[in-house]
Amino acid sequence: MNKKQKFFAYPYVIWMFIFIVLPIVLVFLYSITTKEVNNIKTINFTLNNYKLFFDPLYIGVTIRSINLALVSTILCLVLGYPIAYIISKIHSKHRNTVLLLFILPMWMNMLLRTYAWMTILGNNGIINNFLNMLGLPSIRLLYNNSSIIIGMVYNFLPFMVLPIYTALSKMDQHLVEASHDLGADNRTTFLKVILPLSLPGVISGIIMVFMPAVSSFVIPRLLGGNRSLYIGTLIENLFLVTGDWNFGSAVAIMMMLIILVSMSILNRFDVDKEGSGSNLW
Amino acid sequence: MKKSIIAAVIALSLSLSFVGCSSSNKDKVVLNVLNYGEYIDMGLLDEFEKTHDVKINYEIYPTPEDMYTKVKSGATNFDLIISSDYMIERLINEGWVQELNYENIPNYQYIDEDFRKTAYDPDGKYTVPYFWGTLGILYDTTKVEGTPTSWDLLWDKEYSGQILMMDSQRDSLGAALKKLGYSLNTTNEFELEEAKQLLIQQKPLVLAYVVDEVRDMMIGGEAAVALLWSGEAVAAMGENENLAYYVPEEGSNVWVDAIFIPKTATHKKEAEMFINFLTDKDNTLRNIDYVWYSTVHKEAIKEVEEFLFDNPGFNPSDDILERTEMFRDLGDSLQLYYRIWTEILAN
Repeated sequence: MNKKQKFFAYPYVIWMFIFIVLPIVLVFLYSITTKEVNNIKTINFTLNNYKLFFDPLYIGVTIRSINLALVSTILCLVLGYPIAYIISKIHSKHRNTVLLLFILPMWMNMLLRTYAWMTILGNNGIINNFLNMLGLPSIRLLYNNSSIIIGMVYNFLPFMVLPIYTALSKMDQHLVEASHDLGADNRTTFLKVILPLSLPGVISGIIMVFMPAVSSFVIPRLLGGNRSLYIGTLIENLFLVTGDWNFGSAVAIMMMLIILVSMSILNRFDVDKEGSGSNLW
Repeated sequence: MKKSIIAAVIALSLSLSFVGCSSSNKDKVVLNVLNYGEYIDMGLLDEFEKTHDVKINYEIYPTPEDMYTKVKSGATNFDLIISSDYMIERLINEGWVQELNYENIPNYQYIDEDFRKTAYDPDGKYTVPYFWGTLGILYDTTKVEGTPTSWDLLWDKEYSGQILMMDSQRDSLGAALKKLGYSLNTTNEFELEEAKQLLIQQKPLVLAYVVDEVRDMMIGGEAAVALLWSGEAVAAMGENENLAYYVPEEGSNVWVDAIFIPKTATHKKEAEMFINFLTDKDNTLRNIDYVWYSTVHKEAIKEVEEFLFDNPGFNPSDDILERTEMFRDLGDSLQLYYRIWTEILAN
């Protein structure tokens, strides 16, 4: 890196310090103290907040959130890989249009898109109205785990598709041709050449879906009707309702640890050390 | 590169134009007001801004607990806050509320004496009542048979999946406590444990735990029964004539929302002017037409329309009121309530 480039990096370093490093340090400080951290004289260190987290009540909440995020991530992968593959195979003239159409819903606010699902799934929603029109009874679609998962898959699918698409489209097509020349059929070519080469994209996708899915609080609230507690909602409640910032910070730090650990496990599969967001879009 | 320069220029000129706007307002007093959502006719804010040459910076919050953390975090120094009895009591006890100079609020004379010296402000030094109401049950008469009178409706298996509870711990726990015949303000662990079991037992029947959505969901017929505040219920009944509201006979919560000035306020004089403006008779009537809660204004109540006056949500009978109880600040026992509510939601 030459001098000039370094100079351009400074604003980002400052930005990163103020908006990423400092808040994490503050959250960490809150998590290991009692009450306020503003006044250095009265600061009191404790590990009780972490101890409290290992209460079966909160462990249960954490496990439930991880399960939900895992299911959403797997569904996103199952749906997202074929979509990315199909898009990457489209003639380059139309590919950008299709990609644009795919990203288009993301231009709209996530809250609005989630609210739209409420009117689709509600007791008097579009689906149930249609069922009633056919003379069928209404079914309860909203406010259960499936509606939360639908909301998550819908909202986070692009985060899965785009990295996989990038990995697939960057792939050297000559390798595929070489595989065919050597007598491999389509299935073998896919399993031995295409899939391993797209793995970095898959791993980035999994990380980028899993992270927001495990911590989301808006979707469980709107589509789940708060019928069960998830870790994102728990943190939100601890900060806004209970006002217990110390314990809330401890839960937030624990959640960051969970994400970090799962990321490092995933990165072991990333043989080429290529993925994990370094060259996404 | 060229593009980013253009973008930078646009961004710079935009930010400059904003600076331009704010500088013209520099000499105006900015009044920071904090209120529940949908709890004031916004036209009143515009009118006060125009007539008093003040700029109002208006912020909203969903539940009293949110207000408390918002005020305590100190991000904004609010000049005037509208909130509920037990949370005001907590702030008064913690020394966060200023005494009012009632000479600057001549309209205070129109406030009903019954609401002047209440549990949360026993000497009537800190607050001016804003609206009041009850906690009760809103139900859809096309789905619920007969005329229910008890809390049992919220636990009726007949309406499984059609019951809405509130994501507000004191209100939902209050309903369970009253059904059991206990006080809303109990700090007895055994009574609270019973209430917790009752709410856990109810959970499979509950469609959702919501607050702001209840009104629209009941109007739209998404649910049959809902725990709700009276004003929301009156507003919903105005939009859907099949809805009815009652305060259960086992007793319930009666609450008063009041206006106060926190210690951190920087414009007390203008804040008091605004309180006086809000307690003006015509302005109160305008406000009633928007929020639909019961008024504390002695003159305004005489001029409300008949359909409102006859609505048990707006004007409950003395018989009902005798069985109601106000929320009180729970002090340290609040932690117990938080814990129990988390356990219910996490179950």
